[in-house]
Amino acid sequence: MNMLIRGGTVIDPGQFHGLGDVFIRAGKIEAIGEHLSIAESDMVELTIIDAQGLVVAPGFVDLHAHLREPGFEHKETIETGASSAVAGGFTSVCCMPNTSPVNDNQAVTEFILSRAKQAGKANIFPIGAITKGSEGVELAEIGDLFAAGCVAISDDGRPVMNSQVMRRAMEYAQAFDLPVVDHCECLHLSDGGCMNEGFVSTELGMPGIPNASEDVMVARNIALAELTGARLHLAHLSTAGSVRLTRQAKANGIPVTAEVCPHHFSLTDEAARDFHANAKMSPPLRSAADVEALKEGLADDTIDTIATDHAPHAIQEKQMEFDKAPFGIVGFETAFPLTMALVEEGVLSLERAIEKLTSAPARAFSLKKGTLAVGSDADVVLLDPSHSWVIDPTQFHSKSQNTPFTGWNVKGKVIKTIVAGTIVYGSD
Amino acid sequence: MGLKTKDLLGVSSLTSDEIRLILETSESFKEVSGREIKKVPALRGKTVVNLFFEPSTRTRTSFELAAKRLSADVINFSPSTSSIVKGETLLDTARNIESMQADIIVLRHSSPGAAETLAKGVRSSVINAGDGWHEHPTQALLDLFTIKERKPNIEGLTVTIVGDIAHSRVARSNIFALTKLGATVRLVAPPTMIPLHVDRFGVSVFSSLDAGLEGADVIIMLRLQLERLGRAFFPSIREYARLYCLTMDRMKRAKPDVMIMHPGPLNRGVEIAPEIADSQSAVILDQVANGVAVRMGLMYLLSGSGQA
Repeated sequence: MNMLIRGGTVIDPGQFHGLGDVFIRAGKIEAIGEHLSIAESDMVELTIIDAQGLVVAPGFVDLHAHLREPGFEHKETIETGASSAVAGGFTSVCCMPNTSPVNDNQAVTEFILSRAKQAGKANIFPIGAITKGSEGVELAEIGDLFAAGCVAISDDGRPVMNSQVMRRAMEYAQAFDLPVVDHCECLHLSDGGCMNEGFVSTELGMPGIPNASEDVMVARNIALAELTGARLHLAHLSTAGSVRLTRQAKANGIPVTAEVCPHHFSLTDEAARDFHANAKMSPPLRSAADVEALKEGLADDTIDTIATDHAPHAIQEKQMEFDKAPFGIVGFETAFPLTMALVEEGVLSLERAIEKLTSAPARAFSLKKGTLAVGSDADVVLLDPSHSWVIDPTQFHSKSQNTPFTGWNVKGKVIKTIVAGTIVYGSD
Repeated sequence: MGLKTKDLLGVSSLTSDEIRLILETSESFKEVSGREIKKVPALRGKTVVNLFFEPSTRTRTSFELAAKRLSADVINFSPSTSSIVKGETLLDTARNIESMQADIIVLRHSSPGAAETLAKGVRSSVINAGDGWHEHPTQALLDLFTIKERKPNIEGLTVTIVGDIAHSRVARSNIFALTKLGATVRLVAPPTMIPLHVDRFGVSVFSSLDAGLEGADVIIMLRLQLERLGRAFFPSIREYARLYCLTMDRMKRAKPDVMIMHPGPLNRGVEIAPEIADSQSAVILDQVANGVAVRMGLMYLLSGSGQA
């Protein structure tokens, strides 16, 4: 089946920006340009999509999500996660290994990929564990994980505390050119904290997680990347200190990439004041000064990508007392409008915002995604950047609704999502 | 005039007028406890549930006594953590209790914000009897009440709070209450026990006990939670006592008529020298007696009786 997306503003970051048509044949981008003429033979079974007034961009690539399967299917399954992803414009999703069992071996990776294939919709790229069981002691069989299809390794929510183990993992991963992703948190400094340590936590009597908990691990990881030459990817930066350290590392030519989550540049720890655990995530929401630093980091490319850290939890889990509830919020279906707020604010141009959702993350993990280049997979998203709407979690495609953005009036909507030439979200 | 809200969740949300109203109302109830028949019918037919998720004898007893002296029916519900089956949320437990037509739920819980979460989910009035490190508003109110008995004008008093400020709901509620009424508040603790940016409450912070006691009108000693030992907050009880125990010698730096307070239970010889606890300056037992009066006054106001 062929598809012609006609008359939209095509933004393929760094490659093409202007009015034009995108022609898809057999699931691949066939041509891109103004007023494409379609050969008679291609007219058969041609779907024509009118994209006038819309932006046509590569499908988004999320380097950081939790799809919860296997093990926590009451929160999300690969199928519901993929539906949620494409509803948010994400056509490629990298899923973290903190499932049950942990994705620390080939069998789990293969299971995830087979479920992803059944679910269809989004492309799923598993991230393998760094250590067995993510226990931080013995290396997982990283070569096997790579062979089975893992695109990076991480112990995400259970960061490797032992610096020697982390060093060895970084050295070993180079045999497969795998990026090593770290959730930078010193668990000793976090010490059971459940929100940012600052004036708000002092007022609420809530155990705090200091900025230093992230900063010391960012610094450690950068030092180890310098020592080993490994590809280091820093997950969900939240502090001014880690932005500063990353900026300096990049200036020194150390191979590091970094991501930020929309909630960290959209909210501060003030959101925890009503004690609802939808404002609880790790790393926690920080101060206004940190938010500013994150925006500066995005603007000067210290921060390469925007990732969701989509972390679904069931209602009853998030209804628990703040300190007892699990960390994390859903993110796929709110990421684009929250990113558009940065465009409105002038932090990023629309093209650069799209870049941080597409080509930049694809580059960080060497995925052949996030582009409309001729010959590439036809993963495309149609966006209406000026469409205003109100966030209503009951409309989410995710199995979970744990978001702090309920009722927000936002701008920027995903109209249609196409994966490999097939419409997977939005009406025909 | 009554209270604006159905609940008492913390001092931080009270206005200074509301604090004064509670204190004034409590005064008339103090007299009741001195009578031979210590009972008034104000809450007859009402049900008060003490829902204590943390062990506490004195606070629970004080609430129980207060409710009984108001003629309310009192139920004590103390689910031990082990009996809270996994999956039943605080809200579910509370809704069960509400179904028994509880008018007032008194909640003690280890999680900050537990009382607020509960109050949003039930129609009953909720009184926070301590939520984690967050607030313990009735303790602060009874402390104010006790101070006023000897020093009626709180405005302008210098009150020094000594001990583990970071992990103390008593400290937080007292800081809010005292600053709202115009007292000068000083905090004394090793820097490990001072929470971040606490100076933004308009208090001054000392690591030296001697300096913090200079000219004080009131000294509130906090109980040292011995379980903090071994977690790098302080090296040893011996050193803590050497640096932060209130002794006769140190007390001389405060005003001659200084009042010594402590929310109990005391660690004699750790944060407070025994001879001080037993001295004329100490009002520790007055605090206990006043606790009943203040809780009576508060429940009376929350039960709607104050709005008639």
